[in-house]
Amino acid sequence: MQEDKSSTQVPPVPEYPDWRKDEHTLTNAGLSLEEQEWFCDARPKAIPKSAAIIEKFFNWCRSHSLWILAFGTGCGAIELRPLLTARYDISRLGMQPRPTPRQASVFMIGGYVSIKTLKRIVRSYEQMQGPKFVVAVCSCAINGGMYWDSYNTVKRIDEYIPVDVYITGCMPRPEAILVGFAKLKELIMAGKAEGQNLYAEKFDWYKANQKQIIKDWNMPDYNW
Amino acid sequence: MVGCMEQLYNELQMRFPVTGVTRQRENLAFMYITPQHAVSLITHLRDICGFSHLVLMTCVDWIEEEQFQVTYLLHNYTDHTDLGIKILIPRELPVMDSIHHLWEQARTYQRELHEMFGLDFPGSPGMEEPFILEGWQGPPVMRRDFDTKKYSDETYSHRPREIHEPEQHMQQQMYPED
Repeated sequence: MQEDKSSTQVPPVPEYPDWRKDEHTLTNAGLSLEEQEWFCDARPKAIPKSAAIIEKFFNWCRSHSLWILAFGTGCGAIELRPLLTARYDISRLGMQPRPTPRQASVFMIGGYVSIKTLKRIVRSYEQMQGPKFVVAVCSCAINGGMYWDSYNTVKRIDEYIPVDVYITGCMPRPEAILVGFAKLKELIMAGKAEGQNLYAEKFDWYKANQKQIIKDWNMPDYNW
Repeated sequence: MVGCMEQLYNELQMRFPVTGVTRQRENLAFMYITPQHAVSLITHLRDICGFSHLVLMTCVDWIEEEQFQVTYLLHNYTDHTDLGIKILIPRELPVMDSIHHLWEQARTYQRELHEMFGLDFPGSPGMEEPFILEGWQGPPVMRRDFDTKKYSDETYSHRPREIHEPEQHMQQQMYPED
């Protein structure tokens, strides 16, 4: 029904110099005029760093409570179960799975990313509260893997959302994922996991890439 | 069971223009039928011969013969026999009769075939809705004249690959002057 509605009565897209739009706001033009009111139209902003010693303390805190939002797009999601349960027991590292993006800080993409999935990935990533980090698991998430010539699989996920750590393997063992998370902790401690700020700074570039691939853009430009 | 199947082939051959019966196993056979008689044959099989289960519905693109082959696989629960019905339709006009009135789930198969091969099933509900490819604008993807690699190269950027040939690599390591 939604499809028909949007295709038959195209909502009038506000021209850029609009009374309520400027370069700091988004048009959310993929939505109908009524739905545009439901979503925030502010762009994401890069978060400035605090003083060095406070930032160091913050980074220490961040690296010790990584809550995972696991997006099981492919077979890599299988390896997450032993990681979470008794054998590899990731909760001893202060990590745990969360059911909703709003409570998670690590976005784990487990496998190949099709266009339909990319849409959900973008929405979930934007719904996460900062500080947020992205870990891409499996060779498919890195370069397409065995789907390198597929018409519907994204080859480079870092063109659509910023990725902090890649974990190679087809599929990586839980030990490899643990090493990946250790690396992520290192990066956070060193203040190098700045994917969230990168997304805010290069927002237009990321959006252009996403809209080039996702043809039916019936979602807000920034889903927050 | 064998006698049962023999009897069925004879009966079908008397009633319908069935050709090319291939017996793959004693309880599995395939046969060709013309598109006009397909639905009446399937209805006969379902209602009278006891093939009450639609196992699958699929399509093959015979691009050399310029034909699509639609295959229906039916199963009989009474004596556990399978029957495959093959129908050849021209590639320029890929229209097939819908069987969603016989099995409700056939419309899912038909939507899939519509999206993947561009087959049309007039009257089948929800035909124009996207099945799995949301907002797809290219040709039907499972047709063999659709070059997926070319499309992929044009649409997505590939991650560049670093290649180290062992022979050249060792040559550079050991004899950098040569």
